Amino acid sequence: MGETVIRAVDGVSLEVRAGEFVALLGSSGSGKSSVLNLIAGLDRPTSGRVVVQDRDLAKLSREELAKYRLHVVGMVFQSFNLIASMTLAENVELPLRFAEVDRSRRQTLASQALERVGLRARMNHRPSELSGGEQQRAALARALINRPQLLLADEPTGNLDSHTGTEIMNMVREFNRELGMTVVMVTHERALAERYAERMIFLADGKLIDSRANAPTAVDDRVPGGQP
Amino acid sequence: MKIQDLTELALRNLRESLLRNSLTTVGISVGVASLVAMLSLGIGLQQLASRRLVKSGLFDTVVVTSRRDLRGTGRERDQERSGPTPGESRVLDESARLEIEHLPNVLEAYPDIRFITELRYDDKPHLTMISALPSSARSNDAFEAMPGNFFSSDTAPEVILQKTFAEELLGKTPPRGADELRVADLAKPLLGKELTMRYAQRAPSPAPPSASGADSANAADRDLAGAAYSVVSREQKLKIVGVADLDPESMRGPTRAKVFLPLKLAESLHVMQPTDLREISRAASDQPVYSSISVRVKNPTQVQVVEDAIKKMGFTTFSLLDASQSLRTFFKVLDLFLLIFGSLALAVASIGIVNTLVMAILERRREIGIMKAIGASDGDVKKLFFAEAGAMGILGGIAGVGLGWAIGRIINFATNIYLRRESLTPDTFWSVPWWLVVLAIGFSLLVSLVSGLYPAGRAAKLDPVQALRYE
Repeated sequence: MGETVIRAVDGVSLEVRAGEFVALLGSSGSGKSSVLNLIAGLDRPTSGRVVVQDRDLAKLSREELAKYRLHVVGMVFQSFNLIASMTLAENVELPLRFAEVDRSRRQTLASQALERVGLRARMNHRPSELSGGEQQRAALARALINRPQLLLADEPTGNLDSHTGTEIMNMVREFNRELGMTVVMVTHERALAERYAERMIFLADGKLIDSRANAPTAVDDRVPGGQP
Repeated sequence: MKIQDLTELALRNLRESLLRNSLTTVGISVGVASLVAMLSLGIGLQQLASRRLVKSGLFDTVVVTSRRDLRGTGRERDQERSGPTPGESRVLDESARLEIEHLPNVLEAYPDIRFITELRYDDKPHLTMISALPSSARSNDAFEAMPGNFFSSDTAPEVILQKTFAEELLGKTPPRGADELRVADLAKPLLGKELTMRYAQRAPSPAPPSASGADSANAADRDLAGAAYSVVSREQKLKIVGVADLDPESMRGPTRAKVFLPLKLAESLHVMQPTDLREISRAASDQPVYSSISVRVKNPTQVQVVEDAIKKMGFTTFSLLDASQSLRTFFKVLDLFLLIFGSLALAVASIGIVNTLVMAILERRREIGIMKAIGASDGDVKKLFFAEAGAMGILGGIAGVGLGWAIGRIINFATNIYLRRESLTPDTFWSVPWWLVVLAIGFSLLVSLVSGLYPAGRAAKLDPVQALRYE
């Protein structure tokens, strides 16, 4: 995997190494979500460059950006963003449909991904029938399905209680460590960042204030029972 | 995205807002139904008309007369009808008839025999126009459906009456304004009864009329070659076998008479005809000579060819080809009008599609944002909305064809009940050919896709960041 270099519009210049777990910290309106959207290829900078794996996202066409989002990036959001009319399995396999993967392969991969987040038994339920934590786990499964190198998480625990939040974060760390995914997480909770991130980047008013290395304090065996 | 996935997702999305999408689809199907009903009616009427016309013998019949005949009856008409140079005129005799009959595409050629004479029924004399019918007239609608039967043979001493003549015989005239008398009621007291026909036979000898028409005719003509023949008054008993509901004014040729005889019988009678004097004086041979011959062509489209061939032989021809062409033009225009009116409903339905899909974009704004965030391209989103529009179009098209078919059936059924009550022959004047089904569904799909253009484009352009921002 190549280097992940990021330079953002508001003069933010930062670099994320492959396999790194980075937390973007800041109060609301600090521009941390904008930076994430730029990395995700959902937004384009008006000037400057966003370089991921030697590709300048600013120069990609809309079509190429969609491909980039499909294959390189996995995203999780604060509000889960599962499609309400689809079952978990359908939600999880949706990126594979855009990638034109065959049905049978899609089903295998979706069920593996759901297995990984411990929701295999609920694959035919709709998101509304699940708790917030379960929905976020399903969202993680969806982010994982295309085996992206980059996991972007926007306040992934913002809508969850601390217990389920921890559960989700442990999974994110597991992906980071076991699958080698680079994780960029946006959060306003410094404590969360300190427990999981290897580096913390502080933003305020769209500017980079501080970037410091961090030794994650979370203990590995805090994964709740029933997890694989 | 693959077609299969697109279809699946599109149908799932349609199911999600079932009521709204169903209503939109019903709108399309009503549009398609009106289109199908209109066009099937147009096509059916056209088919009915051409079926009737073929049966009536109007459009597959060429009337042949000798040029001399026309010149004799009126100079102006002659110049008008016989074309540029009269050329060598021929006598319209039996050999000419056979020659015409052997032309390609000719079904049959038979002489027109028509005369006015007196018929006695119940000892009361009735003067009327009589004409001869070939046995092929059996398939004519008016004779097929009439009370009674067609002639048992071509030489049988039988007679078919036209409706108004039947009224005359019975002394019944329908009161003005009131319903006309039913043919069946008229036929009941008349069928099987006998009429006595008094006629003038041109005969050199007292030889009785025989069934073998050609032979005795030859004999007669031989004697008449010198333009000397006598006219003998004769009587012939005729059995009434049918009463036909023909409108004499609307018909041409042999059917423009009130009483009909079998052709061979009529020939054998050697009835004095108005044209006899002239024709017989020119007769070069001893063959029977006809004032006019009706030629039936296999197919109305071949009328022109046959007509040209007969003209080359030196005869004057007349057909209703031009009339049938203008009729075809009329139906084309009618179809066009029906198409336009039918399409109006579909146009209204297409606005419904636009509305439904624009609503769906607003409703599924977030969903579109999610899809884009996880890797859907503009094209994927666009195709998805297209697929939804297309699915509504196809479903609406299929339902519409069914509905239109049912509407046509009901209209046809109801009209036939009415026709039966009026003692008219029920018929099918409505037809849904397979190409109309394909065309209607295809058209519905096309209209839906065009309607989907704007919503699909709008959905594709949706900014995912904006779409995901709002909770």
